[in-house]
Amino acid sequence: MTKTVTLGALTVAAFAAGAAGAATLDDVKARGSLNCGVTTGLVGFAAPDANGEWEGFDVGVCRAVAAAVLGDPTAVTFVPTTGKTRFTALASGEIDLLARNTTWTYSRDVDLKFEFVGVNYYDGQGFLVPKALGVSSAKELSGATICIQTGTTTELNLADYFRKNNMEYQPVPIETNGEAQQQYLAGACDVYTTDASGLAATRAAFETPGDHVVLPEIISKEPLGPLVRHGDSEWGDVARWTLNALIAAEEYGITSANVEELSAGTDSPEIDRILGTEDNLGAMMGLEPTWAKAAIAAGGNYGELFEKNIGENTPIGLSRGLNAQWTDGGLLYAPPFR
Amino acid sequence: MSDTHQQSIGYVRDSMLPEATPPLGEVGAIRWMRANLFSSIANGALTLASLFVLYHLISGVLPWALNGVWDAPSIRACREILDGNTGGCFAVLTERWNQLLFGFQYPSEIYWRPTLAFVLLFVAIAPVLFRKVFPLRMLVFSALYPFIAYYLIWGGSILIPVFALLGFVAGYLVYSRFVAQSFAAGFFGGILAAFVFWYVTGFLPIEGVLALQVVESRNMGGFMLNLILGTVCVSLSIPFGIALALGRQSDMPIIKWICILFIEFIRGVPLITLLFVANVVLAYFLPPGTNFDLILRVIIMITMFASAYIAEVIRGGLAALPKGQYEAGDSLGLDYAQSMRLIILPQALKISIPGIVNVSVGLFKDTTLVSVISMFDLVGMIRGPILASTDWNGVYWELLGFAAVLFFIVCYGISQYSQWLERQLQTDHR
Repeated sequence: MTKTVTLGALTVAAFAAGAAGAATLDDVKARGSLNCGVTTGLVGFAAPDANGEWEGFDVGVCRAVAAAVLGDPTAVTFVPTTGKTRFTALASGEIDLLARNTTWTYSRDVDLKFEFVGVNYYDGQGFLVPKALGVSSAKELSGATICIQTGTTTELNLADYFRKNNMEYQPVPIETNGEAQQQYLAGACDVYTTDASGLAATRAAFETPGDHVVLPEIISKEPLGPLVRHGDSEWGDVARWTLNALIAAEEYGITSANVEELSAGTDSPEIDRILGTEDNLGAMMGLEPTWAKAAIAAGGNYGELFEKNIGENTPIGLSRGLNAQWTDGGLLYAPPFR
Repeated sequence: MSDTHQQSIGYVRDSMLPEATPPLGEVGAIRWMRANLFSSIANGALTLASLFVLYHLISGVLPWALNGVWDAPSIRACREILDGNTGGCFAVLTERWNQLLFGFQYPSEIYWRPTLAFVLLFVAIAPVLFRKVFPLRMLVFSALYPFIAYYLIWGGSILIPVFALLGFVAGYLVYSRFVAQSFAAGFFGGILAAFVFWYVTGFLPIEGVLALQVVESRNMGGFMLNLILGTVCVSLSIPFGIALALGRQSDMPIIKWICILFIEFIRGVPLITLLFVANVVLAYFLPPGTNFDLILRVIIMITMFASAYIAEVIRGGLAALPKGQYEAGDSLGLDYAQSMRLIILPQALKISIPGIVNVSVGLFKDTTLVSVISMFDLVGMIRGPILASTDWNGVYWELLGFAAVLFFIVCYGISQYSQWLERQLQTDHR
């Protein structure tokens, strides 16, 4: 018994020591690969293909960070996490970065001691209806039966929205997205509501996706972003500015196709600074001067990642909406690189 | 008298009639149907109702199964090929076949290694399961099999399994040297010797001796993972279960209470909780950087869970034996170990076979629970990577049906074997 107690105390002490002296950037460099937490599978955001290669929008963030730090977008060990295991995996140090469509909320940031490094997808709750219903706005949904996942924030959001607009609805409680798909197609409910990206993916799986529409109203805020542990700001900076570099690259027209050409020098000082041709921003973070160039070359800028994985030309077919650059009326706004 | 008789009987046959065929309603298919399907009006109605339901089921399932598409790159292509007709999209099985069996991270060029291990598994368990058919010498291979399988599936230096094996041998040698004096001395001496051996050989440079390509535990997946977990945990939990059951019946209070506490605690906790402990909680207590193999953690937890249940099944078997059997052992002058080994356990285990098989089948199916701690077993593969790929999102029936078929084959096989074994061991008087 004494022995177990001593052992336990030793491990706790060792854990505390390890956590206190955490320099994730050095660990990642020493290890030669980034441990990146992703979902066990979400259409368009992260899933392995037939050859076992991970691909998707969140995966793109992981690869960009790996490219920025190690110069190699394939130097990533993907650690699949479920909604239940993701936070412990990050807190215990099993992963360095969690890029798993996680909503940035107050309690996760403050109480769970994580640091969200930005938002890579602005999601929100929407409504999916059959075209045959002849509805063009959520305001016309009074009296509808609605399929909704029980015990989620979507349930509360829905109740709030209908009360605010003085409308009635009939909830049909369901457990999983798969069940919702079946119920909705069988006509057990007129409307299915969940996050808009989830609705788009669900619709993409239908036999005739054209017969269903996602209504324009978005009734909640779900900013999804990558996160790291509290207490290691240097590593947080690396993740934050890699994401910002991808966003800024789209704004300034740097793509994976022309990044090589532009890095020879341009007449735009901002592009030169991002690509490391002018000044040496990378050294301030302990990275190579070409860190951002490597990150952009990995999978393209934000817009390219979006179009390739979830954009309008994919079966998921999400439009940019809130996720457009601020110059196009969206919310993406990278701080200046200087 | 004879006159009266003659008048009372109008006709007396004086020759045999030729044998006639039975009436049409009393032979062959018609008789069988009358006896089994339409013996009364109520039964007839039920038969017709069942036929109706069967027809509906088959006419729904058959076109779906026969008209299935086996070659298409995505669910949308499937639907184009089907063009509105009923039909399953089995192309997902052909395209993701290897992923369903081996998971998506196992290197594809070495699929032959787990396949070979799987084939050898049958060679290894054959002499254990069918003792009378196969020569006893094959049991040597069964004993070596765990080490061979580890070497094939995980790879690495051949010295790792060799040293593991030699550790057991060293333990056994010490055990057999001391067991004559005292069982406890032999038992604990053996365990100590094995651990000392493993500890010492841990310092030897064993990298790269006859090494196969190393595959990390987190890269295991698919039905292979279910089979690994099922086989290892079932075979480990039976000896542990026997030990726990005997411990629970022991006269020594400390051992008895340890066993009772262990069994009652494990049985009072859901398996999924134990799996979460293995995956999540242990990570907090281990120093960062230590990599205590996840599969090993899961195997330990499932084995603990299963051995508690098997212990209770075997305790039932022990309790069912008449007291006379125990007394018979004592009166022959056998010590505890001998009477257990020669008299009590063979009978108790025979009674427990249905229960043990029941636990094993349940356990094998429970291995799919590891999908909730983000391991990609067969169900984890289906629910995670395959259904989440843009190509196959929406193919539910085909994939889950396939998983059901695989599990059915294994579980039905186990159950048939246990019935055969029960008939073999049948010694009671009927």
